[in-house]
Amino acid sequence: MHKKPKLRLAALLTAPILWLVVAYLGALATLLVTAFFTIDSFTGNVIQKFNLGNFQDMFTDAAYKNVVLRTLGIAIAVTIICTILAIPMAFYMAKIAKPKSQKVLVALILTPLWASYLVKIYAWRTMLEPANGVLDWLLGPIGFNSPGFGGIAIIIGLSYLWLPYMILPIYAGLERLPNNLLDASSDLGAHNWHTFRHVILPLIFPSLIAGSMFTFSLSLGDYITATIIGGKLQMLGNVVYQNFSINLPFAATISMIPVTIMAIYLWMVRRTGALASL
Amino acid sequence: MDGAPHWRASELVMTISRNARLLLATLLGIGLAFIYVPLVVVVINSFNSSRTFSWPPSKFTTKWWEMALENTGVREAIKWSIIAGLSATFIALLLGTALAFAVSRYNFFGREVISLLVVLPISLPGVVTGIALNNAFTKQLGISTGLLTVVIGHATFCIVVVYNNALARLRRMGTSLQEASMDLGANGFTTFRLITLPNMASALFAGGLLAFGLSFDEIVVTTFTAGPGIETLPIWIYNNLFRPNQTPIVNVVAATLVFISIVPIYLSQRLSSDSSSGGRF
Repeated sequence: MHKKPKLRLAALLTAPILWLVVAYLGALATLLVTAFFTIDSFTGNVIQKFNLGNFQDMFTDAAYKNVVLRTLGIAIAVTIICTILAIPMAFYMAKIAKPKSQKVLVALILTPLWASYLVKIYAWRTMLEPANGVLDWLLGPIGFNSPGFGGIAIIIGLSYLWLPYMILPIYAGLERLPNNLLDASSDLGAHNWHTFRHVILPLIFPSLIAGSMFTFSLSLGDYITATIIGGKLQMLGNVVYQNFSINLPFAATISMIPVTIMAIYLWMVRRTGALASL
Repeated sequence: MDGAPHWRASELVMTISRNARLLLATLLGIGLAFIYVPLVVVVINSFNSSRTFSWPPSKFTTKWWEMALENTGVREAIKWSIIAGLSATFIALLLGTALAFAVSRYNFFGREVISLLVVLPISLPGVVTGIALNNAFTKQLGISTGLLTVVIGHATFCIVVVYNNALARLRRMGTSLQEASMDLGANGFTTFRLITLPNMASALFAGGLLAFGLSFDEIVVTTFTAGPGIETLPIWIYNNLFRPNQTPIVNVVAATLVFISIVPIYLSQRLSSDSSSGGRF
């Protein structure tokens, strides 16, 4: 049927492979090499001499260690918050809502994904504004105050941004889960919480991991949210961004941290089947 | 699929207590409020007559909307965003579809690595992709940043969404239709034009829509690949976010973007059920 399969295959593959391997991976590899270079402190030019100075600075300076730990902490907190918010929402959508409202609910969760990233963080700037923000106005009467701009604000903002990315895979996982499993569990005398803990949770675990890849990895590299609602607080992305124009080799070195953490994370979760359910 | 869930939902109700259902409904309500209150605030704020931020608004006006419509900076930014988005989508459609064909119809060395390679540009932090591309363009290749570099950057992370949509459709289609067409005497090109392409159209549309959406909203990679003359809409918003006298215009642009986000959902819901998630999952 295919007369010259090899020729056709080559025609199909050449352009995309050139683009992704030569252009994209090539650029990444070049960046990795740059991480081992240094700059001339007078001219600011990159000196192409292999050395480990940047890595030494990165591991010995307490300031960078703090930024790494803070960024990791924020990414973990965001992932936990998204998981806690997403499970009941997804459960209601998948198992309790009637088919008609189910469709509407999915659309309601999908719509904010298309709303601009910047607009959403800007919205939280007006929400969190200390003293005259919307949050103070809304929740002030019941005794809550806006945390202002800073670490808490970053965690709220990032959780807000990535929540739909957690809801959707969990929803999809619960949809696939047959109802008679839950019925069987309750027939055998398990309470709601027991059924959730021992039947539902293990079965939707790959979906949780799939969602966490978004909430965790997207939080790790972010610097825009920190700039807009983080006050003076810095994340890894901010350090990369600031060093980019003054010390590119060092920016390259720092940027290897989120890449390495992501690689370790992907390697750890590859057995759970989460990658296939993305 | 539409018939089954009806009894399924009602049967499950028996096993979940009324209180548990009420609790879950409440949590869903709180979650939806968390998602929508900030967006509603953005829309209301665009009618706030006060020039600086004040909440709650004391008076409402539509004059900022009139001013925004005439703002040349906003118009230029929209123009650049559309040009960059369409170009990146076009490239992503070509490359993503070709790759999906290769993976679904042929067996070759390294086939399993393709899906990882394709997803990499979108899973690595934008700031890493951004400085890697900037370094490669300006330092290694000597190309100055501009529209071309923005399009290259955007196309790189847009390939994956077209690829995912096209691959899912090709796998579901199988090869029997094409084989039938060729048995009936159509050549490869005619089969592609009359059988394969029409069958893939909705998947490619969904993929293209997502690619355009990703490009239209992208800010980080754009920051590092756009030259001084190129200001896409997100870059414009970011540059004007902290300028106090621009606040009302930023509010109007933000509100507009909130409204526009309904369009792709509407389109994809009408299109087909399998692409309503936009193919992100």
